[in-house]
Amino acid sequence: MLESREITMKFGPVTALDHVSLKLEPGHIYAMLGPNGSGKTTWMKLATGLLKPAEGEMLWNGAPVGVESRREIAYMSTEPYFYSWMSIRQVGKYYQDFFRDYDPARFDALLARMELDPALKVKNLSSGMMAKLKVAVTLSRRARVWLLDEPFNGIDLIARDAIAQSIIESAGEDRIIVLSSHLVEEMEAIADWAVFIRKGVLVESCDLEEMRQRTSQSMADRYRSIYGAEKEVI
Amino acid sequence: MEFDPMTPIWAQVAGHLRLEMVTGRLQPGEKLPSGRDLALQFAINPNTAARVYQELEAEGLCSTRRGLGTFVTADRARLEAIRLSLAREAAEQFLSRLDKLGLSPGDALRMVGEAAATEDSQHP
Repeated sequence: MLESREITMKFGPVTALDHVSLKLEPGHIYAMLGPNGSGKTTWMKLATGLLKPAEGEMLWNGAPVGVESRREIAYMSTEPYFYSWMSIRQVGKYYQDFFRDYDPARFDALLARMELDPALKVKNLSSGMMAKLKVAVTLSRRARVWLLDEPFNGIDLIARDAIAQSIIESAGEDRIIVLSSHLVEEMEAIADWAVFIRKGVLVESCDLEEMRQRTSQSMADRYRSIYGAEKEVI
Repeated sequence: MEFDPMTPIWAQVAGHLRLEMVTGRLQPGEKLPSGRDLALQFAINPNTAARVYQELEAEGLCSTRRGLGTFVTADRARLEAIRLSLAREAAEQFLSRLDKLGLSPGDALRMVGEAAATEDSQHP
């Protein structure tokens, strides 16, 4: 279980997360929702151990996250993080050097599903290809937790379908997958649990199918009722 | 398959498979995809896919044999009973819609007759 207990994070005068308590259980795909600036990325960076909370604690199977947990928790950030001179194949090798749980066969299979040529250079990739490469290399780690920040942003429908398939394929009873996005519709059928964060505060965490049955609302409807006419912070 | 995100997705996939089973597009006794393959085929969460089979099993439309997979029931009487209950449900929904438009069941029947005649003349 991945758990944040009363996590608070401040950047100067800005409170990015305000006493967020959340438990994520294996066997689920979570949609972490909120407009830009609501704290989703900060939560993921804290869960990976890339940031230290001002208050509260982030626990992986009961122990604080850090060097140990990073071997089991894979994080895909929104920023591109590959050298432009690398080929896709070299990106795989680079990952192999960094992560013990990296599986080259899985990477090859994912590249095939995404229709990415391993010989292509990073500098020649379109934004859709780059998005697919980031997801492929992250899911090539035999991790227990995958935190994918904005996996569906800025890409065409076909690339989105390929990414969705790869995510569904990677899910398992002992795995946790967290997808952050403000593209709510993309995640309706893939996620089974939704976490709504608003201005650093956890608003709601709910089982999606149960919510649909109880309220006849979609995740997008719930999103609209929580965030309403709120302006996006860009 | 396009989903209505306002109703449970398991119910929509179950509805689709139920129709395939009672109309014979999925044969009695036929092996169904694994839960994981069903999830990939419909691009849905694997837990949602598992729920689809739980639901259809509860209706007696399919059963899971340990280690072998999930199969459409071979009980043709059960499939026929469900086919007829789905047809009855459709008829009731139809009458209720026409009732809202102010048509009696008698008017509705006459309209069905006319529509059927037009269809016959267009597709003899």
